[in-house]
Amino acid sequence: MQTVDLLPLVLVLAAVAYGLAYRRSRAVAAPLGGIRNLQALPAYYAARAALWCALPALVILGCWAAFEGQVIQGRVMASLPAELAPQTDGQASLRLSQISNLAAGKLNPALVPEGVSGAATLLQELREQSSRFKTLLVILVAVLGGTFAWTRIAPHINARKSVERILQCLFFMCAAVAVLTTIGIVFSVIFETVRFFGKVPVTEFLFGTSWSPQTALRADQVGSEGAFGIIPLFTGTLMISAIALMIAVPVGLLSAVYLSEYASRRVRAVVKPMLEMLAGVPTVVYGFFAALTVAPFIRDLALMLGLEASSQSALAAGLVMGIMIIPFVSSLSDDVINAVPHTLRDGSLALGATQSETMKSVIFPAALPGIMGGILLAASRAIGETMIVVMAAGLAANLTANPLDSVTTVTVQIVTLLTGDQEFDSAKTLAAFALGMMLFMVTLLLNVIALKIVRKYREQYD
Amino acid sequence: MTDPGSQAELVRHSLRRRYRKERRFRFYGIAAIAVALFSLVILFTDIISKGYTGFIKTTVTLEVHLDGELMYLNDASDPDQIAMADFQAPIIKALQGYFPDAVSRADKRELSRMTGSYASNQVRDLLKENPGLLGSTRTIEFPAHDTVSVYVKHAGDPGYSIRLSEQQQRWTDELVRKGVIDNGFNDVFFSNGDSREPSNAGILGALVGSLLTMGITLVIAFPVGVAAAVYLEEFAPRNGFTDFIEVNINNLAAVPSVIFGLLGLAVFIGVFGMPRSVPVLGGLVLALMTLPTIIISSRAAIKSVPPSIREAAEGIGASKMQVVLHHVLPLAMPGMLTGSIIGMAQALGETAPLLLVGMVAFIVEIPDGFFSSATVLPVQIFIWAGSAEQGFVELASAGIMVLLAFLITMNAFAIWLRKRLERRW
Repeated sequence: MQTVDLLPLVLVLAAVAYGLAYRRSRAVAAPLGGIRNLQALPAYYAARAALWCALPALVILGCWAAFEGQVIQGRVMASLPAELAPQTDGQASLRLSQISNLAAGKLNPALVPEGVSGAATLLQELREQSSRFKTLLVILVAVLGGTFAWTRIAPHINARKSVERILQCLFFMCAAVAVLTTIGIVFSVIFETVRFFGKVPVTEFLFGTSWSPQTALRADQVGSEGAFGIIPLFTGTLMISAIALMIAVPVGLLSAVYLSEYASRRVRAVVKPMLEMLAGVPTVVYGFFAALTVAPFIRDLALMLGLEASSQSALAAGLVMGIMIIPFVSSLSDDVINAVPHTLRDGSLALGATQSETMKSVIFPAALPGIMGGILLAASRAIGETMIVVMAAGLAANLTANPLDSVTTVTVQIVTLLTGDQEFDSAKTLAAFALGMMLFMVTLLLNVIALKIVRKYREQYD
Repeated sequence: MTDPGSQAELVRHSLRRRYRKERRFRFYGIAAIAVALFSLVILFTDIISKGYTGFIKTTVTLEVHLDGELMYLNDASDPDQIAMADFQAPIIKALQGYFPDAVSRADKRELSRMTGSYASNQVRDLLKENPGLLGSTRTIEFPAHDTVSVYVKHAGDPGYSIRLSEQQQRWTDELVRKGVIDNGFNDVFFSNGDSREPSNAGILGALVGSLLTMGITLVIAFPVGVAAAVYLEEFAPRNGFTDFIEVNINNLAAVPSVIFGLLGLAVFIGVFGMPRSVPVLGGLVLALMTLPTIIISSRAAIKSVPPSIREAAEGIGASKMQVVLHHVLPLAMPGMLTGSIIGMAQALGETAPLLLVGMVAFIVEIPDGFFSSATVLPVQIFIWAGSAEQGFVELASAGIMVLLAFLITMNAFAIWLRKRLERRW
């Protein structure tokens, strides 16, 4: 049976265990004079039986599903005769898809060498075996678990405590998923990055000024050697993010000031959700807007002014990204401004300062650390933003300071290197992970600093 | 001693200056809000004006004589003949009925580009299903060619006619006048998967893919997120590890989404050998991505349950777990649901991580399960926005409208839920 079919089966078994254990606990309690003589309610005995039945089976099922493919693959590849054994990873994946296509009946057996069709038969057999064993094992474990819980239904055993312990462990594991995710991210980028630095020296990656990841397919091919210098990507990312922040910071900050200090309750109730709508629009929509409306508009405008502009200018992507992060800046600043104690504000107004003077010389300095934190968060958001730049910024890694030129960014390169055809081991693919690591580290650093500033600032006035 | 009169003058003067500054500052605030709202309006009008034509389809309705000789076909039940026959010929013939002078090879080629490139398949499928129709005359509604359709929808706008020859423009105008070419509601858009031909492409495949993916995301992210929030709020001891988890969650919420795509690629595909471009994989990646949002909002919801409830439950002898499961969770549930819906809306609009795990493939079939290749709404929009044909641009905007409609519905539902179920203590 397949994993997907086994899942409901396990749940059904658990439900059966629940029902049986419930009746059993009542039956145990009956001669003693009712369930009040049990240590726990019948539902707890039943729940414990269901958990004992389902949890171990699910764990086995999960592990099996996770590693089944790898193990079978390894054994099939090992069974290939020496002359058919693949030399490189590319050949291996080719051979593997050949074998699995053959096993699925999509390929004519007459077209492939004999060893391959042998491997296909083996693959088929192993799959069947594995599926049989898995089904048996899972049912066995579920039944055993349920039976064990069944034997532990007795008046002196407190099932509630063990159910609560199990639940608490489950809750803890769910909380740990966040940590596991971080660990997963860190390891997945680190492994590939280390392999990448085995092919391309670190110094070339960090300080190289040219980026053209196309490596030659054949050794005798003319042309691109592949250059992996990250500097043009960094300058491109910085330029687009800087343009975005130049839009978003003044607009976001001033609207937050107006909304928190001047606007009437009614205006606030209308304008605030509308600003937040800007944050809810998916990035692919902004990308579409940037690529098909803003970029051509800027190119035409520049032409009218007699300037040369690329149709994928950094300005277009930056502008639209700026619009996207306005709500981040405004809602973070709004929080921060509202957190400044009223006594400061009242004191300043009582001395005769106008509202804008109070704002500029009292509230703003007091709120500045928090606002800086908000801007850093917005910056990290801009650096990591992907779809707008994938759709509206170019692919050519120009080292330029002209915002009308086309530049490329770290995220654009990650996406381009990893979509489409790829060999898993080439410097090209690995480069994407190295870029991912840079991106992860930079945004993490910005976030940590920003969160620290914001938290420290909050404590100051609490 | 200074003259008090001149001092009053001085103050009055500076006051005027200060009030001017005040007004200017106020104006800056209003201008900033105007800029933001103006961008919002521009964004929406741009998409609607580009995309409303996506909901319209242009059809060419022709009386086609299914002439066997013309198609080199004398038995429509013979699959070999079907494979070799020329199904374009009767369509061209029917069009020639309106333009008898169009006989040269070049003219015929232009005539064949009046209907979409799937028109001949339509004739083929008709004959395949009913071989007896060979030799009869049928009225068939064909989708117009992409260029014709764009020209008709934007009649009078010279920007949209460049890809049509002058002769074709004349023919189109003529056929529109005769009512042969007509506009109608684009039902194809809501009943088809992707296609190479804009007139044949629809959003249903991506919509189903999105629903399947969101299903997986919800099933994983909601229980795990709520459980994690409960643990952190109610059970976690105050120690270094708990702090570490908290910092971790806050940082994960701000990790760029594309990084989660790298995680999916390296761990789920690389280590666990999951197949590419399936909803299960996309759903898993998006679940990990939305988890922090759900945890954070669920914690806020749990925090807002007043301690008196807890104390009362504990006072009558409930265990900690019973307090949580019987009292805190049900009371916090509206807040948790609201947060989760907002998180799901984010996931629904997310594109970047899905590009990396291969959900960007060209898929014609409507996905029929969690393990069949699929794409999702935002990715479909991305694919269409990058296509060269003008017809795909309007489909992309129409797709955006569908996506936004879903997002607005979800968010409105979340707000309604909060208003309706939230209790003020």
